[in-house]
Amino acid sequence: MTWIPEAASNLASKVDGLLLVITFISIFFFVLISAVLIYFAVKYRRRSDDEETPYITGNQTLEIIWTVIPSILLILLFVYGFVVYKDMRTPPKDAVDITVTGKQWLWTFEYYNGKKTLNELYVRQNRPVRMVMRADDVIHSFFVPAFRVKQDLMPGRYTQLWFTPTKIGTFDIFCAEYCGTGHSKMLGKVIVLSPEAYDIWEKGVAVDGGEAVASLPPAELGEKLYKGKSCNACHSVDGSVVIGPSFKGLYEREGELEDGASYTADENYIMQSILEPQEQIVKGFQPVMPSFKGILSDAEITAIIAYIKTLK
Amino acid sequence: MANNAVAANVYVSFLEKKGILSWLYTTDHKRIGILYLASISFFFLIAGMIALLMRFELLTPASDFVSPHTYNVLFTLHGSIMVFFFVVPGLAASFGNFLIPLMIGAPDVAFPKLNIGSYWLYLLGTLILLFALLQPADTGWTFYTPYSANTDTDVILLTFGVFVLGFSSILTGLNFIVTIHKMRAPGMTWHRLPLFIWASYATAVLQLLATPVVGITLLLLIAERTLGIGFFDPAKGGDPVLFQNFFWFYSHPAVYIMIIPAMGVISEIIPVFSRKPIFGYKAIAYSSLGIAFISFLVWAHHMFTSGISEVAATIFSFLTFLVAIPTAIKVFNWTATLYKGSIELHSAMLYALGFIFLFTIGGLTGVFLGALAADIHLHDTYFIVAHMHYVMIGGTVMGFFGAIHFWYPKWFGKMFNEAVAKLAWFLVFVGFNVTFFPQFFLGVQGMPRRYATYPEEFQSLMSLSTYGSWILGLGVLIMTVNLIKGLFSGEKAPQNPYGSLSLEWQVPSPPPLENFVEIPHVTDWPYGYGKKKEVDA
Repeated sequence: MTWIPEAASNLASKVDGLLLVITFISIFFFVLISAVLIYFAVKYRRRSDDEETPYITGNQTLEIIWTVIPSILLILLFVYGFVVYKDMRTPPKDAVDITVTGKQWLWTFEYYNGKKTLNELYVRQNRPVRMVMRADDVIHSFFVPAFRVKQDLMPGRYTQLWFTPTKIGTFDIFCAEYCGTGHSKMLGKVIVLSPEAYDIWEKGVAVDGGEAVASLPPAELGEKLYKGKSCNACHSVDGSVVIGPSFKGLYEREGELEDGASYTADENYIMQSILEPQEQIVKGFQPVMPSFKGILSDAEITAIIAYIKTLK
Repeated sequence: MANNAVAANVYVSFLEKKGILSWLYTTDHKRIGILYLASISFFFLIAGMIALLMRFELLTPASDFVSPHTYNVLFTLHGSIMVFFFVVPGLAASFGNFLIPLMIGAPDVAFPKLNIGSYWLYLLGTLILLFALLQPADTGWTFYTPYSANTDTDVILLTFGVFVLGFSSILTGLNFIVTIHKMRAPGMTWHRLPLFIWASYATAVLQLLATPVVGITLLLLIAERTLGIGFFDPAKGGDPVLFQNFFWFYSHPAVYIMIIPAMGVISEIIPVFSRKPIFGYKAIAYSSLGIAFISFLVWAHHMFTSGISEVAATIFSFLTFLVAIPTAIKVFNWTATLYKGSIELHSAMLYALGFIFLFTIGGLTGVFLGALAADIHLHDTYFIVAHMHYVMIGGTVMGFFGAIHFWYPKWFGKMFNEAVAKLAWFLVFVGFNVTFFPQFFLGVQGMPRRYATYPEEFQSLMSLSTYGSWILGLGVLIMTVNLIKGLFSGEKAPQNPYGSLSLEWQVPSPPPLENFVEIPHVTDWPYGYGKKKEVDA
C-alpha cells in the first residue's frame, strides 16, 4: 500500500507537492522539538535532591527567532496552499459540464448529450470536466481521493468542482459528508476511458467490459448490480432491516402494504417496486426509495430478480 | 462565603463535612470543583467506552457487530458526550474552580452562590441533552442541517440542552473574570499570576463571548420551526451553510475553551518538576490571550469544502495560520524551561511532556488542514479524526490527567501509587499513538470519517487502530483504579510534596474551609526556582 493514492488528475500532483512540503517542514519541527525534549529530560534528569538550577527567565532574542521564523514559514505555506486552491477553483473554459445529484444514498450523473448513469461516472482521459452538483435531500460530499478533489453538494444551491483525469482506470468516489444510515455505502466509481473508448461509450454501447457482463449468468449479474447500483445501501441480503425490506427470502413473500392491501413478491411486484417504488410501500417502511426508471434496463431488472430468487 | 469562621489555630479541612446535601448546597469552590471533576470524569469514561465499541465494530470492513444505524448513534453519543459534557466544562470548571481562589490568595470565588448555580445548570443541561440524544439521534455531534432537521432528532431540544450547558459556562466564565480582577491577594499583580490563571482568564473571556451564539441559533431554530421563517432549511428558503457558520462560530472558540486551560496546567507542572523558572512568562501569558482573540476569527476553516466563497476561504485560511504562531511560541517556551533544570519524571511531569509531544503533532497536522488545497483532500477524512484527537486527547486529556496527578495530593490530602501511575501513563501514551497515528495515513489515502463500513483496502490500518484503542482503554482503566484506590487507602499527603512555590501549596492538604487563615501578602512571582545570579537579584 502506498502512502497516498495514485495521482490520477492534473490537480493531484500539485496537491501532493503541497502535502510533501508541509510534511517535510512538520517532520523537521517535530524531530527538533522531540529531540530537544528528550535530550533535556535525560541530560538534566534529577540526580540528587539538592541540585542547584540556574535562574533563567527568558531570552528576548530566542523569543524573536522562534516567533519570526515559524511566522514566515506559515505565511509561505498559506500562499502555497492558496495558489493550488486557486487552480482547483478555476475550471478552464473548455471544460465539459456533467451534472451530479446526490441523494440518500446514490449518485446520479447526467451528461450533456442526455445520457444518465448511476454511481458510475464516465469521463474521457485528458478532457477537463466541470461537475455541477446539487443534493436532493441532505448535504453530501463528492470525493475522489485519486483526483484530490472534494466538494459538498447542497440542497437548494449549486456547487462545482473540476478536474482533468490523466490516467485511464477506475477510481473510487466516496461520500465524505455524513448523510445518514447508508452514508458508508454511498460509493461510486469514476471510469476514465481513452478518447476512443469514450467515443464508443458515448454512442451508447456498453464498454465496461461489456461482453463479459453480458455473458454473466443473470443471478451473478444481478449480484453485481445489487452492489454497483446501491441497492445494498438500503436492502440487506442477510435478513436484517436497514432502510428497506431485506432481499433475503423476498421472492414470493406475502405481506401487507401501507394502504392495507396485501402483496405477493412475484416478478411483477419486484419490477414495479424498482420502477415505481412509491406505488407499493410495505407496511412499516418509509417511502424513500428513488425510481430506477431509465437507470436500469429491462435485462438488468431481470438479472436483479434472478439474484433475489437465489436469496432464500 | 457565609461559612463558620475558622478559629485561627484550628484546621478544618473543606472535606470534613459529610452528607449528600453538604455537597449539593455547597458554595465552597473546592467542593464545586470536585462536583465538576466527578461529573466530567464519569461522562469521560462513558463516552470512552462508547468509543471502544465503535472501534470494535471497525475491526473489520463489514458491519458485523452493530448495524450501520447503531454505529451512527454511537458516534453521535461519543462526540456529543465528550464535547459537551466533558471537554467544554472540563478543566476550566473543575480545576479552574479548585485552583483560581487558591492560586490568587482568595477565600473563594467572587460569587459563590452563582457558582453552585452554574453547577446545577450543568446538571440540568446534561439531563436535557441526554434526553434529546436518547431519541436516539444519529446526526453526529455537529447536528448539521438539513440532515438533523429531517431525522427524528429533536433539534430544538438538543440546542436547548447545549444552550443550558452554555449558560453554565457563561456564568462560570463571568465568575472567574470577576474573581481574577477583584479578589487577588495584596501584592498579587498581573505579572505575578500563575500562568494557569492567565489561561483561565483567556478561557473565561471565550466562554462569555462565544457561548451566546448558541442562544441565537436556538432562537432562529425556534422561529424556523414554529413561525416557518426559513433560516437553515432549504425547503423553507433557508441556507444550511448558515447553520454551519453559527455552529462553528461557537464551536471553534469552544475548541480553545477546551485546550487553553490544559496549556495553563502544563505551564504549572513543568517549572515545578524542572526546578526552573518558566521560560518566557510574558510570551506564554499573552499568547493565551492571542489564541483566544484569533480563535474568534477562524471558524470557517471547518467549511472550506462546503461552498463558501473562495475569498472567504482564503481569508479564513490566512487567519488559521496566524493562530499557529502563539501556539508554537508556547511549545518552544515550555521546551526551553527544561534547559539546565533538575528534572524529575513524576507521573504529572510525564503527562506534561506527553502533552508537548502529542500536541506538537496535533498542531503541525493542523497546518495541513489550514492550507487550502491540502484541506480539500483531507477534509472529512480520518486525517481530521486523527488531528482532532491529537489536539483533544493529546492536548486536553493529557493536560487533564496531568492536572489530576499533580494536584491530587493537595485536593484530596492523599497520595496515589506513583509506580502504577507511571505504568498507566505509558499504556495511555503508547495506546493513544497506536490508535490515532495510523488514522493520519488512512485520511491521506482517502478513508472518509463516520463510515460504519469501509472498503477492504483500509482494513490493516483500521484494525491496528482498534488494537491501539484496547491498550489506551487498559491504561485509562489502570489509572482510574489507581486514583480511586488512593482516595481510600493512599498515604496522607504532605503540604507541599514537590516543593512548589505557588500559593496553593502553602496551605495544608487538603486545604482548610476558607483556604487561608490569613490572606497572604505576595512579594514574588510563583516561578522563582533556581539560584539567582547577582545580576538578576
